[in-house]
Amino acid sequence: MATGTRTGGILARPTSMEGVWGWVTTVDAKRIGMMYITTSILFFLWGGIQALVVRTQLSYPGAEFVSPDTYNSMFTMHALTMIFLAIMPMSVGFFNLIVPLQIGARDVAFPRMNALSYWVYLFGGLLLSMGWLFGEAASSGWFAYAPLTESAYAADRGMDFYVLGLLVLGVSSMAGAFNFIVTIINLRAPGLTWFKLPVFVWMTFITSILLVTAFPVITVALIELMFDRYLGANFFVAAQGGDPLLWQHLFWVFGHPEVYILILPAMGIVSEVLPTFARKPLFGYPVIVFSGIIIGVMGWMVWSHHMFTVGLGTVAVGVFTVTTMLIAVPTGVKVFSWMATMWKGSIALTTANLYAIGFIALFVIGGLSGVSHSMSSSDFQQQDTYYVVAHIHYVLFGGSIMALFSGLYYWFPKFTGRMMNERYGKIQFFLLFIGMNIAFGPMHWVGMDGMPRRIYTYTSNMGWDFWNMVSTLGAFLLGFSILLLLHNLVRSFKKGEIADADPWDGRTLEWSIPSPVPHYNFARIPNVVSRDDWWARKYVTGEDGVTHPIPQGGAYAENEEDVDVHSIHLPDPSYWPLVTAIGLALMGGGVVFHLAISIVGALIMLVGIYGWAFEPVNEPDEEHEEHEEQVIN
Amino acid sequence: MEATIAPQHDEHATTTGLDHRKMLMWTFLGSDCLFFGSLIATYLIYRGQSIQGPFPYEVFDIPYTSVSAFVLLMSSLTMVLALSAIQRGDQRNFRIWVIATAVLGSVFLGGQVYEFTLFVSEGLTVKTNLFGTTFFVLTGFHGVHVTIGVFMLLSLVGASFAGKVKQHQSINVELIGLYWHFVDIVWIVIFTVVYLVEAPAIEAAKAAVGH
Repeated sequence: MATGTRTGGILARPTSMEGVWGWVTTVDAKRIGMMYITTSILFFLWGGIQALVVRTQLSYPGAEFVSPDTYNSMFTMHALTMIFLAIMPMSVGFFNLIVPLQIGARDVAFPRMNALSYWVYLFGGLLLSMGWLFGEAASSGWFAYAPLTESAYAADRGMDFYVLGLLVLGVSSMAGAFNFIVTIINLRAPGLTWFKLPVFVWMTFITSILLVTAFPVITVALIELMFDRYLGANFFVAAQGGDPLLWQHLFWVFGHPEVYILILPAMGIVSEVLPTFARKPLFGYPVIVFSGIIIGVMGWMVWSHHMFTVGLGTVAVGVFTVTTMLIAVPTGVKVFSWMATMWKGSIALTTANLYAIGFIALFVIGGLSGVSHSMSSSDFQQQDTYYVVAHIHYVLFGGSIMALFSGLYYWFPKFTGRMMNERYGKIQFFLLFIGMNIAFGPMHWVGMDGMPRRIYTYTSNMGWDFWNMVSTLGAFLLGFSILLLLHNLVRSFKKGEIADADPWDGRTLEWSIPSPVPHYNFARIPNVVSRDDWWARKYVTGEDGVTHPIPQGGAYAENEEDVDVHSIHLPDPSYWPLVTAIGLALMGGGVVFHLAISIVGALIMLVGIYGWAFEPVNEPDEEHEEHEEQVIN
Repeated sequence: MEATIAPQHDEHATTTGLDHRKMLMWTFLGSDCLFFGSLIATYLIYRGQSIQGPFPYEVFDIPYTSVSAFVLLMSSLTMVLALSAIQRGDQRNFRIWVIATAVLGSVFLGGQVYEFTLFVSEGLTVKTNLFGTTFFVLTGFHGVHVTIGVFMLLSLVGASFAGKVKQHQSINVELIGLYWHFVDIVWIVIFTVVYLVEAPAIEAAKAAVGH
């Protein structure tokens, strides 16, 4: 029995968690989360270099730093890299690291599928970026409006890398999202009811639902474009009656929920960081949660505000103006709740908290410029100008990225066992904050002054020279601050101050276990009694409103030394997620290069799926025999 | 006290008491609704927009497609019988009904291949017009779903002969069943909005020929 089942698969199931193979075959959410974050930071640097090329080209009038074609590829790939390869996966990295700990689970519901998500993300990202190697990177703008992306008008393989890269990446996003939906519904610790869940978990849940509902729509749009390009179908061929609006609708029906996919995890992170450093519970917890839900629902009702100027007719434009204005309400409610959280708190200005406060300030600016173009009559003026570029950078950089960096500083000690350097961190924060405003602030001015976005260059009589140069200098300052962040990350990882289990005096379950987190997470699954349960175990607030530490408080009584951690059963490592991901990536890449590669890829994937479905567990005992997961799906 | 402390070993304890995989399958099917929803929406938006023929009323044979739709619907019945058999631990009947489901699914696929071939011979391809484009992509992706389902059923048969489908693992059969029923339901929608709605046009065309 013992050896018989082990060879039940094609390969024996790996057991070692050491060395490189330990990482390659890992199914541990913490390791997968760290790989996600590391990879996303590398792609973030790559996207940043592309941004600096764009900014250099725009720094003075009539510049010819790069050719117009390269320039088009630069801004297109900058957007795609930042959205799909940096912000989204960095958020997913935090889902992996934090969600199981905050809900008191040992792992996610489907550990191997989780590993699959990561590998598919990595290969999909490489496929999307591969166009650069052939000088054929996508140059259509990230929205790839058909019919301009049909073979007749975009003959090189740039669009093919775009279509196949995004299709492959969609598999990764959706597999990850399915996993977190099931994990959050089904793996909460005893007593952890929905309205005791940390807000970050809530936002992960809503984001995941948006992912699994929005990605099928873009998948269909990409498939339609692929059929047009490869098989001569007519989806977007005007001569056959095809309608360019169809692509725009499908793209933005996906594209707008996607915006909330990018920002909701960030809102979750600041909702964790602000209460911790204000030493107060989150103000208006239910209101914040319901606002998140309303944003998730209303995110589906506003997509046509990206299309105000295409001529949808006054009724459609009017309706989408109103819904777009309304969606600002739940967002504003959250902002006020965060500010009320800090009100009269004993605020500790750590780097993580500075980033969270910076998030609020910059996100409000981005939100307000968003409201200003929710007004369709005003949007006619702003459409396709740098004003919109300023808006999206204030919400995506000032919003998402600031919050994700806040999360990096906040949770770094939990997973590495070392603190990030605070002094260094604060210098880095202020450089980034100043650089960010110098880079993106002036775009409001030049945008209002009529400077179109995606423009290759301009003449000096337009009056845009000065602010463009300022903007470029700000971008380089921003780039420098990112290098400092990297330096801080690497240096702190190697020789940062040793962190204890609860360095910030935190509120949620992840701070109740040692740093770095043992591979089984919790020696005993905690019993949760209240919201901010870990805080409630440490402190009590009397009727006079004064908070006192509980004597000998803190530990979970059931979490004492008597647990034999070797008896904790965790999922074994596995080769199959990697094999399946390689097969899937080859299948996608083969469509661009040669169909033979696709066929080989399909076969590898098939082997991967069957190996996966019939993979045995390593420690067969009576109880686990029936645990041979069948995951054909 | 036992009830409040999560047992160390019980990997099956879930918050809701529902199996992870079942929840995964339901979530996946919800997501797949959006996938087919977008394809169907595309078909409906372009319905009647083709500039040149062949048009739907010229190629559709509703009685023929009704038979293959009926075959697919019956496969849902055999799927239910298969699940019921494995839940009773009746391996023999389980295999019979799973094989029957796979055969019915394959008959449906054969019917679709024949129909596609016929349409191509009548001059309708994915390149011809908007109808060809949207029709082949929508029904083709449904066919891909059925094909994957047939593969899963055949894997189930193989696993059953290898003694790997036990009574207490009937959840695996149930999951494939959920998927199978979903694909059936999608076909009901496609059959209605693609084929049946053309019935008046087909009648009109016949009447025109009659005169």
